[in-house]
Amino acid sequence: MARKLPMHKAISEAIAQEMERDPEVFIMGEDIGTYGGIFSATTGLLQQFGVERVRDTPISESAFIGGALGAASKGMRPIVELMFVDFFGVAMDQIYNHIAKAHYMSGGNLRMPVVILTAIGGGYSDAAQHSQCLYGLFAHVPGLKIVIPSNAYDAKGLMISSIRDDNPVMYFFHKGLMGIGWMPSPPEAANEVPEEPYEIPLGKANILREGQDATVVTVSRSIYEALWAAEELNQEGVSIEVIDLRTLVPLDRDTVINSVKKTGRLLIVDEDYRSYGMSGEIISTVTESGVSLKFPPQRIAYPDIPVPYSRVLESFALPDKAKIKDRIKEMMR
Amino acid sequence: MEREEIRRDEFVSMYRLMFKIRTYEETLGQIYYEGKTPLFDISKGPIPGELHLSSGQEAAAVGVCINLRPDDAVVGTHRAHHFAIAKGVDLKKMTSEIFGKKTGLSKGKGGHMHLFDTNVNFSCSGIVGASFPQAVGVGIAAKMQGKDFVSIAVGGEGAANQGTFHESLNLAALWKLPVIFVIEDNAWAISVPKEKSTSISRNSERAKAYGIPGVYVDGNDVIGVYEVAREAVKRARAGEGPSLIEVKTYRFRGHFEGDPQLYRPKEDLEMAKQNDPILKLEEDLKGKNIITEEEISRIKEEIETEIKEVIEFARNSPYPEPQEALEDVFTGGD
Ligand SMILES: Cc1ncc(C[n+]2csc(CCOP(=O)(O)OP(=O)(O)O)c2C)c(N)n1
Repeated sequence: MARKLPMHKAISEAIAQEMERDPEVFIMGEDIGTYGGIFSATTGLLQQFGVERVRDTPISESAFIGGALGAASKGMRPIVELMFVDFFGVAMDQIYNHIAKAHYMSGGNLRMPVVILTAIGGGYSDAAQHSQCLYGLFAHVPGLKIVIPSNAYDAKGLMISSIRDDNPVMYFFHKGLMGIGWMPSPPEAANEVPEEPYEIPLGKANILREGQDATVVTVSRSIYEALWAAEELNQEGVSIEVIDLRTLVPLDRDTVINSVKKTGRLLIVDEDYRSYGMSGEIISTVTESGVSLKFPPQRIAYPDIPVPYSRVLESFALPDKAKIKDRIKEMMR
Repeated sequence: MEREEIRRDEFVSMYRLMFKIRTYEETLGQIYYEGKTPLFDISKGPIPGELHLSSGQEAAAVGVCINLRPDDAVVGTHRAHHFAIAKGVDLKKMTSEIFGKKTGLSKGKGGHMHLFDTNVNFSCSGIVGASFPQAVGVGIAAKMQGKDFVSIAVGGEGAANQGTFHESLNLAALWKLPVIFVIEDNAWAISVPKEKSTSISRNSERAKAYGIPGVYVDGNDVIGVYEVAREAVKRARAGEGPSLIEVKTYRFRGHFEGDPQLYRPKEDLEMAKQNDPILKLEEDLKGKNIITEEEISRIKEEIETEIKEVIEFARNSPYPEPQEALEDVFTGGD
């Protein structure tokens, strides 16, 4: 049976089902128990599983994220929540130098089935230290799988796959997709979710809309801006293909290349910083493949500035439907 | 400790400041919901985003900052309005910043968690535990420059479980830096109570492990905070090294505005409100005939007028131009 769920419920349901299935799965983080997670990703877990397996932690990210490594080394399957991805700095050594590299450095002897669950994204004036996406930063270091769901159905299947994966996975949910009421969210992000557990393989992009004239590659909340733009452009006779990458590591390069082969035009939309990130990686992928393009590859990404507070400044910087439409029109000239 | 007389004007300043902070916070706490009712949407209204107010915690900021000079630094937290006001941050500019206006401290780029006023050496940030090492750095500068300014590192009791707290205590103690660590124990770190986050009941005890003085004071008694802070500031200025002051206080509002607060018993809040630090000071001052009922009403009126003007200034200020978003990444342009 499927029912419509907001993304936050799909995530907590996936975690609950995996905790039921596997006693080694447990979760730690700030305000994930009594509060149920600031963005409701863990609501109900404490009541269902108790304080041993659902651990409210002190504000000590380095200790409990590093702790995930130690627990995993003894066969546990920890999930840890980093409340906002922006707080990564205080635990970055554990994530970047240890969790990401332990398998390789141990010559494959040490498995790291750790999920780091974290909130991303802006658009509500939370400013420079609470609005970033940063998945590009984590995709850059070898050894971390990078999962970025855009809707409730994907969120559940990708969470289950992430927990079952024997590698470290960073799971980035956009606050503006969770459907938590107090934060605006596109209604489309809440979709039909089967009650039973299911997996969505990591590394398979999803073509959300087929089209002939241009390929738009994106993730997370920007997907809706792209889909809305595609719908309006369709009225104007321009047909857009929209690809949701779903995961950056592994990256489904084939789906992107095949689409651009067909359309000959590529636009990447990314709420993460422009330079040295996802948008550059996709453009390189396509360029290196030798596909011939009708227009130079384009990107609308977050400019290389810290996220400003004032609403007018932030909207200037964020990718949106209007910017996507304008750029596609330029590409069609 | 030898008790020094507290001057009448100091008492009155403390009362003024505490009343000002409370009035300011409660006013912002109302304005915040404009445009956010009946359906609460965090992105809407004249003050969008998160808002962490400090009502109830005034004495911690005032008792400490009344001892400071403009060249002393305060490094605050995500909940910093009380320290900003007590440190003398330009309130018009600060309010405009919180409204996202061009006339703000940072031209609308920083916002309520990121207030910077270099004129009075105030800063704060949204990363819990970030203040401690930064304040230590101010102490290093004081030593290297041969000056006697001091530095205040503010953190909540929740922040005292970050590695930065312990690293900074050690470094400040090791190098005998003029740093005062002020831990505001308001009992809660969002939904997590102190006893579920901290292995011992008082952070002031932790100071001992680093060989520096640590005291625990009642944060509803501004005079008590003032006296303890005066001692610590004196020590620091005299080159005798850091101290830690933990202030027992309580936050009267949610962690942030919009917090449903299901985690904390209503009775706790009721009880805390009965020990309101401002009412307590008012009673004290009246009891000791330091201040009259009329003076109190006059102070209140003056402050209410000032806050009204400040809010009006912020409301009437223009927003920045959108493309200003691209400026200020580097000094001297890119
Ligand atoms: C490094 C980091 N971790 C977590 C958070 C999220 N967060 C913001 S405030 C807060 C609680 C802080 O508690 P405390 O230090 O006691 O200060 P209070 O809010 O009570 O004033 C948390 C967990 C953060 N901003 N930064």
